[in-house]
Amino acid sequence: MPRLLRRARGLTRNRDAIIYAILIAGVFIVPAIANFTQGTSSGVVLDQVANAGVFVLLAIGLNIVVGFAGLLDLGYAAFFAIGAYTYAMFGSGWLDVTALHHAVHIPFWILLFVGMGLAALSGAILGAPTLRLRGDYLAIVTLGFGEIVPRIFRIKIEWTGGINGITALDQPTLPVWFTGPWAGQDFGITRNQVFGLDPVPYYILIVILIAVSVVLASNLYRSRLGRAWMAIREDEVAAAAMGVNPVTIKLLAFSIGASFSGFAGVFFAAKLGGIDPTLFGFQNISIVILVMVVLGGMGNISGVIVGAIGVYFLQNVIIPQLPTWTTGAASSVGLSFLNNPNGDWAGLGDEVQRLNFIIFGLILVGTMLFRPQGLFPSQLRQAELQKGTSDQSVFDASTS
Amino acid sequence: MGGGFGPLLSFLATTRGGLDGHLVGALRKARSSVQSSLVTRVIGIALAAVVIIYLSPKVYALGPSYFLRIVAVGVALGAIYALIAIGYTMVYGIVELINFAHGDVFTLGAFISLPLLVTPFWHLTEETGGGWGIVLPLIAVFLIVMLITGLINVGIERVAYRPLRNAPRLAPLITAVGVSFFLEGVMYLWKGAVNLHYPDLLPSNRFVGGTFSAKDVIVIVAAVILVAGLAFFVNQTKLGKAMRATAQDRDAARLMGINIDRTISATFFIGAVLAAAGGITYGLYINSVNNGLGFPIGLVAFTAAVFGGIGNIPGAALGGLIIGLIRATNDGYVDPQWTDVVTFAILILVLTLRPTGLLGMRVPEK
Repeated sequence: MPRLLRRARGLTRNRDAIIYAILIAGVFIVPAIANFTQGTSSGVVLDQVANAGVFVLLAIGLNIVVGFAGLLDLGYAAFFAIGAYTYAMFGSGWLDVTALHHAVHIPFWILLFVGMGLAALSGAILGAPTLRLRGDYLAIVTLGFGEIVPRIFRIKIEWTGGINGITALDQPTLPVWFTGPWAGQDFGITRNQVFGLDPVPYYILIVILIAVSVVLASNLYRSRLGRAWMAIREDEVAAAAMGVNPVTIKLLAFSIGASFSGFAGVFFAAKLGGIDPTLFGFQNISIVILVMVVLGGMGNISGVIVGAIGVYFLQNVIIPQLPTWTTGAASSVGLSFLNNPNGDWAGLGDEVQRLNFIIFGLILVGTMLFRPQGLFPSQLRQAELQKGTSDQSVFDASTS
Repeated sequence: MGGGFGPLLSFLATTRGGLDGHLVGALRKARSSVQSSLVTRVIGIALAAVVIIYLSPKVYALGPSYFLRIVAVGVALGAIYALIAIGYTMVYGIVELINFAHGDVFTLGAFISLPLLVTPFWHLTEETGGGWGIVLPLIAVFLIVMLITGLINVGIERVAYRPLRNAPRLAPLITAVGVSFFLEGVMYLWKGAVNLHYPDLLPSNRFVGGTFSAKDVIVIVAAVILVAGLAFFVNQTKLGKAMRATAQDRDAARLMGINIDRTISATFFIGAVLAAAGGITYGLYINSVNNGLGFPIGLVAFTAAVFGGIGNIPGAALGGLIIGLIRATNDGYVDPQWTDVVTFAILILVLTLRPTGLLGMRVPEK
């Protein structure tokens, strides 16, 4: 018993454990709060959270490439697009309109892995000739790839629908599901339960996917491969001298990272029900995910998740609502004349809305100046690299 | 008409978009370097041959004056890309930062020049366009805007990049993205997110059967003057020498008594000066600007910098020209939709076949 207590006390001092605990609690509390405050429209909140979940998945995946292996990937959106288009083309009636004249409706659950595989494959194909390059050149190659892929999806109208994209995608279907009083029905088993437009199943699914991804990524981090990534990141020459093959190890990081992105892409497409190439740009995906990873704390999974959630809500909830909040605040303190357009002044709401880019930019610059290592950097790495370890043991065998 | 085609085709074979001739030349030069292998050379030559065979009939069909028009546009756009690419390459050479905000500095130059150009003080109107009277006011506007933009960029470096010089390498990259968003936001706040008309001041005379316009020539001459000035500065002045030394080895340069902070500030200043000049030239050439312009153009210019060998100033100028020509060729002969794809495919290809770019040297990783 004392041992358990000591362990629990140790956990409360462990920052990452606290973050995970808060996140897990949040997963259960958020639907309840949404239900309580929003009533029947609680779906809107869960919908937003599920969307944020997609970005969390992407950030966990990019963290493997950037945080663990130290490879800068500026074209992460390309793999996301590949996953999404995999689902859009093979999980809808779309192929009927193309030269194939035959719609393919492959189930979501299979395409989840197909999309993952295709993204990993394209990552490997791109990485194989380019991963020998030194760090920044790889970043540039991925940047080019990230620009090419959405453009090809845009140009090849006969296969991808061009700028209008592909709509009316199949909704994921559970082969077997249980019904009961919670759904207002008798106990029983239904077959082919369709997800429908209700965000709740998507919310549950993304939570499960994130949980699996976190376990996978942390196990990878602690595995032989993870240590090889770290070695490559810190000193490639030394790692190679120790018998680590840099090209294979980097290729694995690159493909595994890409597979997370493909995976997230399939879910994203299924959830939206329709996609188009503008969703996969450099400024709205590749860079935003990188910002999430760096801001959250590179190499630290819990930090990256917090970064992803924070940046997502900043961009999609807080900043878009600022105009409403400021106009509300202005009228409540008696400055409502500011809300009306007057000459060059477009009205407070419009003016604040125009500040969106500036606010986001300033937050990025400010956070980096304030914490260049990210909000929650990897504690292990910090201990190893910054505090100096030549005269102290990193691991004390007597206390564990 | 057919008789004149022999020389044209051979001319084309060596300069078509610059791609083939230079790729072959680059590959020949690379023989001694580690990157070059027989396979690389064979791939390069085969690609060049495919491109020539694919394009020749189209060039033949559309006639020589069309070809010359494409070359003129390509060189003019290439000159603008070169002006931006030099800023990327100088900043990368000295602080190893991919400066994502640089494209927006370019747009900022165009935006700052807009109100200046339309002030009645200069008597610059589109109706008077063409006379010699525009020369002095335009030069004045160029100088003022270059100075202002240069100072702004020095300020940006001071606030957003300098404090992070010893931080993890991705930190300044993220602040560069932040600055990019910030600048786009400032321009949005200032003028809104619409296409703005940029005054069409340059004369529209055309020469050689309508192939070259005075605009092309002016843009090219302006860029040549600026690049020559830069070359003089970097090669002949003390500050230029300090810049080269800092780019080569910052610590050694500091030990030699070079003020690193001042040198880096000067680099950002010059990069922004050239980008601002590029912005005004772009405005005068295309006659339309918007606040989001910097990002796509910056990416292309960055490709040009990599193509020439990142960190190498003549390389960036050459890369800009070649990329301009390739894009104009693709726009004119293939399909404008594919131009960006072709540009970035070349980027990947060059980095795979010859990572150091056309003129770059193998440098040890810092």
